[in-house]
Amino acid sequence: MKTESTLEKILASGNLAVTSECGPPRGAVPDKVKEKAEMLRGYVDAVNVTDNQTAMVRMSSFAACVIIKQMGMDPILQMVTRDRNRLAMQADILGAYAHGIDTMLCLSGDHPHFGDHPQAMNVHDIDSIQFVQMVHTMREKGTFQGGDDIINPPKMFIGAAANPFADPFELRVARLAKKAKAGADFVQTQCIYNLDKFETWMKGVVDRGLHEKVHVLAGVTPMKTAGMARYMKNKVPGMDVPDEIVDRMAGVPKEKQAEEGIKICVESIQRLKDVEGVSGFHIMAIEWEQKVPEIVKKAGLYPRPEIA
Amino acid sequence: MKQFEPVIVAFCCHYCAYTAADMAGSKRLSYPANVNIVRVPCSGKVDAIHLMKAFEKGADGVYVAGCLEGDCHFKNGNTKVARRVAYVKKLLDEIGIGGERLEMFYMSAGMGERFARVATEMTKKIRKLGPNPTKAMSTGNQGEAVA
Amino acid sequence: MITAERKPLEEIIDSVKPFQRILLVGCNECVTVCAAGGRKEVGILASALQMNFMKAGQTIDIKELTLERQCDPEYVEELSTHMDQVDAVLSMACGCGVQEIARRYKDKPVLPAVNTKFMGASERQGVWAERCQGCGDCLLGLTGGICPIARCSKRLLNGPCGGSTNGKCEISPEVDCVWQLIWDRLKALGMEDRYEDIMPAKNWQTGRGGGPRKIIREDLAE
Repeated sequence: MKTESTLEKILASGNLAVTSECGPPRGAVPDKVKEKAEMLRGYVDAVNVTDNQTAMVRMSSFAACVIIKQMGMDPILQMVTRDRNRLAMQADILGAYAHGIDTMLCLSGDHPHFGDHPQAMNVHDIDSIQFVQMVHTMREKGTFQGGDDIINPPKMFIGAAANPFADPFELRVARLAKKAKAGADFVQTQCIYNLDKFETWMKGVVDRGLHEKVHVLAGVTPMKTAGMARYMKNKVPGMDVPDEIVDRMAGVPKEKQAEEGIKICVESIQRLKDVEGVSGFHIMAIEWEQKVPEIVKKAGLYPRPEIA
Repeated sequence: MKQFEPVIVAFCCHYCAYTAADMAGSKRLSYPANVNIVRVPCSGKVDAIHLMKAFEKGADGVYVAGCLEGDCHFKNGNTKVARRVAYVKKLLDEIGIGGERLEMFYMSAGMGERFARVATEMTKKIRKLGPNPTKAMSTGNQGEAVA
Repeated sequence: MITAERKPLEEIIDSVKPFQRILLVGCNECVTVCAAGGRKEVGILASALQMNFMKAGQTIDIKELTLERQCDPEYVEELSTHMDQVDAVLSMACGCGVQEIARRYKDKPVLPAVNTKFMGASERQGVWAERCQGCGDCLLGLTGGICPIARCSKRLLNGPCGGSTNGKCEISPEVDCVWQLIWDRLKALGMEDRYEDIMPAKNWQTGRGGGPRKIIREDLAE
C-alpha cells in the first residue's frame, strides 16, 4: 500500500469502490455537513468534499473534511488550482494529512466566470496535472514542489478528474495517460449519460493498459427532472446527455420523473459494472444525497466490504 | 416668437447625392435652405472627426448621403461610413448632444426627389429637436456658425 | 502591440473637470494602430470634450498633440515647451506612456484617457485579441506557436480541461479553446507525440511573479 487510504484498500482488494460527494454549506454550519455525510454512512467507501464548487464560496473542503473525519468516515479532500497557489495548496495538504485525511482529488476548478465572485483573480499557478505531480512528489520523494525536504511527508492517495465527453475526443485517453504519468492513483469521471461513448473511451484506456495504472471510477448523477436533463444537455460545458435520456425523462409524468432518474442511474451502473477497466462508481447526487443509499442498494453495491 | 431655423450639414457623395441635389435643382424641386452641402469624393471619405467638428462648430444636424448599397464608386465607402456614423451617434449620446442629430442616407444620382425629401425631413426633425445643445448657453448666434 | 480602449467619456469628463487648460497627448505607436489613442482619436476626444463643456456654457482650453512614442523620454521631452501653459495632461497612450509623462513632469497631473488592455494582434479589421502575457520564458516552441498562458482561461500548460466543447472554451462560445488550436496545430506539424510530455510547473519568477522587471543591455546602456 502506498497510503493508509480506505479507498486504496478497497480498490486493491478488487472490490468495486463506491464514492459519493458532499457539497459543503454556504455558511458556517457544521451540522449541515454532518447531516449530509450521515446519509452516506455505510453506503460509500469515501466522501468527496467539493472545493468552492462552481466557483461559489462555501465552507472550505479542508474544514468539512475534518468534520467528516471526526465522524469516523473517510473524506476525499477536493482541491482546485483556481483559488490557491502552490504554497497554499501544499500547506493545506500538510494540514489535512495532520488531521488524518489521506485521500484527495486534484482539479483545476470551474472558472470564476460561473460563480458568485466573477471579479476574483483566478490563480492557476499550476494546472491539475502539475498538481497531481506535486502531491505525488510530496509522497514519493518527501519533498515540496520547491525541492526542500518535508518533515513527515503526507502520503496522499491521489485522485484526478477525467472527462471522456469533452473535446477533442481523440485527446481524452491521452490526457488520462498524462494524469497517470503524473502519478494519479485514481480518476473519477464526469457524469456518464452517453454510455456508448464512455465505452469507446474506456476501450481506448484498456488498450493502452492505463486501467492497470490508474483506477477509473465511473461518475453517475441521477436526474431529478426532465428540466434538469435538458439543462445538463444544453448548458453544462463538457456534458454529453443523449436525446434518448432527455426523452425518457420527459416521457414520464412529472411526479414520476425523480423515480425514473434513479432508475436510469441504477441501470447505468449495472451496465458499467461489466465494462472492462471500471473499478468503481462515483455517485454525484447533487443536493440529493438522501437518494444515494437507494441507488447503492438497487445497483447491488451494498453492503460495502469491510476492510481492516 | 421666431421659428428656430436649424443649420444642417449634408456630406454628399459626388457620384450620387451631390448629383441628386443637382437633379432636384434642375427639376425645380424645392428643399429647405437650411441644408448646407459639402461635396465629398465618396461618402467613405467622411471621417468621424468631420462629423464631430460640424457639430462643434454649431451644426444642429448632420447627415451623410452616400450611394445605394453595392453601388459605391469605390466599392464600399458607403458601408464603411455608415459604421462610422453609428459610432459617432453613440459618442454624441455620451456627451449629451444626442445621436439622433446625425443620420446616414443612401440614394442614387437620379433620385432628385429622394434628395429633396431627405433634406426636408431632416430639417423638420432637427427643427423639432431644437438647437444643438452646445449653443444653448449662448444666445443670438443660432444658425450663424458653420459649413 | 499593446492594445487599449478609450475610457467611457463620462469618466474622462469627470477626471478633467477640475482643470481649465488640458494638454491632450496621443501616441503614434500601438494605440494608433488599435485606434484607441492616435492623432485621430485625439481629435475626436478633444472635440467631444469641447462640446460637452460648451453645452454647460463653459469653456475648456484643449491643446492637442501626438507624440511619436510616448513611452520614450526622448519624445516626451517635446512636451516641455507646453507644460507651463497647461494645468493637466490627458494621455491617450498606454499605461507606459502615461507613466513616462508623470515621471518627466513631476508637478503636472497626468490622467489616463484609455484603459490599457493586453498584448495582442489584429485578428481582422477592427478586432484585436490577446496573444501574450509576457511571462518572460517563452514556450511557444513547445505548443505549436500558440500560447496557452495568454489564451487558455485557466492558463493550463497541460490542457485541455473538461470544459472544451466544439473547439470553444467553457467560459464563452466566443472564446476559442486554445488547447484545441494547439492540438490541431501539433497534428498539422506531425508533432502529436509532444502532447503527452508533461509540461512542468511554470517558474513565474521570470514574469510578474518575480516583481517589477527590467532589461539591461550592457552594450547599449549608458
